[in-house]
Amino acid sequence: MSILPAGWTAILYLIVAVCFILALKGLSSPRTARRGNLIGAAGALVAVVTVFLSARLDNIPAILIAIAVGSAVAAPIARRVQMTQMPQLVALFNGVGGGAAALVALLELGHNDDAWVRAAVVFTMVVGAVSFAGSAVTVAKLQELMTTRPVLFPGMRWAMSGVVLAVLAAGGFVIATGSIGWAVALLLLGLVAGVLLVLPVGGADVPIVISLLNAFTGLAVAASGIVLDNVLLLVAGTLVGASGTILTRAMATAMGRGVGGIMFGAFKGGSTAGSTEVSDRPVRSSGAEDVAVLLGYAQRVVIVPGYGLAVSQGQHTIAELASVLEARGVEVSYAIHPVAGRMPGHMNVLLAEANVPYESLKEMAEINPEFKNMDVALVVGANDVVNPAAKTSPGSPIYGMPILEVGDAGQVVFLKRSMRPGFAGIENELLYDPKTTLLFGDAKDSLTKVLGAAKAL
Amino acid sequence: MELLTVVVLAIFVGFEVVSKVTSTLHTPLMSGANAIHGIILIGAILVAGQTSVPWELGLALLAVVLATANLVGGFVVTDRMLHMFHGRKAPAKEDAK
Repeated sequence: MSILPAGWTAILYLIVAVCFILALKGLSSPRTARRGNLIGAAGALVAVVTVFLSARLDNIPAILIAIAVGSAVAAPIARRVQMTQMPQLVALFNGVGGGAAALVALLELGHNDDAWVRAAVVFTMVVGAVSFAGSAVTVAKLQELMTTRPVLFPGMRWAMSGVVLAVLAAGGFVIATGSIGWAVALLLLGLVAGVLLVLPVGGADVPIVISLLNAFTGLAVAASGIVLDNVLLLVAGTLVGASGTILTRAMATAMGRGVGGIMFGAFKGGSTAGSTEVSDRPVRSSGAEDVAVLLGYAQRVVIVPGYGLAVSQGQHTIAELASVLEARGVEVSYAIHPVAGRMPGHMNVLLAEANVPYESLKEMAEINPEFKNMDVALVVGANDVVNPAAKTSPGSPIYGMPILEVGDAGQVVFLKRSMRPGFAGIENELLYDPKTTLLFGDAKDSLTKVLGAAKAL
Repeated sequence: MELLTVVVLAIFVGFEVVSKVTSTLHTPLMSGANAIHGIILIGAILVAGQTSVPWELGLALLAVVLATANLVGGFVVTDRMLHMFHGRKAPAKEDAK
């Protein structure tokens, strides 16, 4: 088999790196995003072909079969997954990527005597294993295979400190001796650390964790580039690490909290303070017809969609309701909180799926000053992101989180399943406000009834 | 030293490019960045192609499967999501068909 000269390999890898940068750059606008992603995919294909031509490889049939298996498993899942389950899928793919990086580093250990390279091996293994196990726990939380509330046990802090010390000790040993046995132990410790890291994170903070673990996998891949002396892995991993870091910080800001507070808040008892009690104060609830009248005779309506809308698969119904209202001359816009849904930007994807044009989706900073001009704010399946407790009660776990100022609108309509508090477990004062109307029921059922009544107006 | 140069430049490019991404597209950004780190596949291929020890080959092939799932699944699902984003004019075009 002919081998590509090293110079050619380097040039091809450089082209691939540029493709990846263009893929990220394309995302600056929905118009260029899809083309960018295809450029990235083409770059990945070039990289895979290049690697087969760049070195004398054995076991090629087995490798090709493994690639076929991986594609055959992942592509159908990626095609069929529901948009509501996107966070799980991203976490899953992220986890397997981290696992692959950890395995690659483990297998390269035997070929390297240099202490620096071994240090990179140790870093890749630990971070890759943390990412793998952390993503697994995240998937379990999102899929509700386990509780979404923070999981804590007595002595957890000590267990975490112990694991960190053990990782450092085992890592030092691997760097000094290159022992495969210790490396395997290190890998297992990394897995334990990943589980311990994500268990105490509450459900509402999961979007940040996904983003953070994504950055971790990127860093692991970058370090594997040092291990394998491969510039492409180094550049691609660093790009992902940088993007994950920015996104994680942006998310943390949107929630009004530091990244450290989110990851370790539960240890200090910060984010577990939410109440699960249901208060018996009076609220004003009404029927679908009343809500339809309220919406149909308004001039400006803003829709605030939350995860409850997504769970009930009601995004298509709400898009239809919006077009019925628009046909009556009502101005309809959507107010999207950055953490609406269960990952950054999740709600935008769900509404895009329902054919809502992206120009109607308003970001928080853009829409907040507009709420006072709105006749009706229709809050569907959202709670925490419109909860004034974030501004008014310093003891609340969501205190400091920027919220959508729904209370400024003339009338507020909540479509809610029940009076139970939201994902973060905090009661919402706005529900008891005199200008608030509640319509209880599954979001999609309620929307269907309102839609029917609105058509009949 | 060369590697360090590359890393530092890549960090700056990463920050620059990603800070311009619209928040509407944060989910596709995450899944797209996710797909990019699936490029660890080439590392897995190199490792699998340069060993003859059975257990090493087994683990390396496992890494190839995992990395391929990450790479292929990531790009496919990102494409599917981005396909759904269209502006006010696009739906009208579909109606015309």
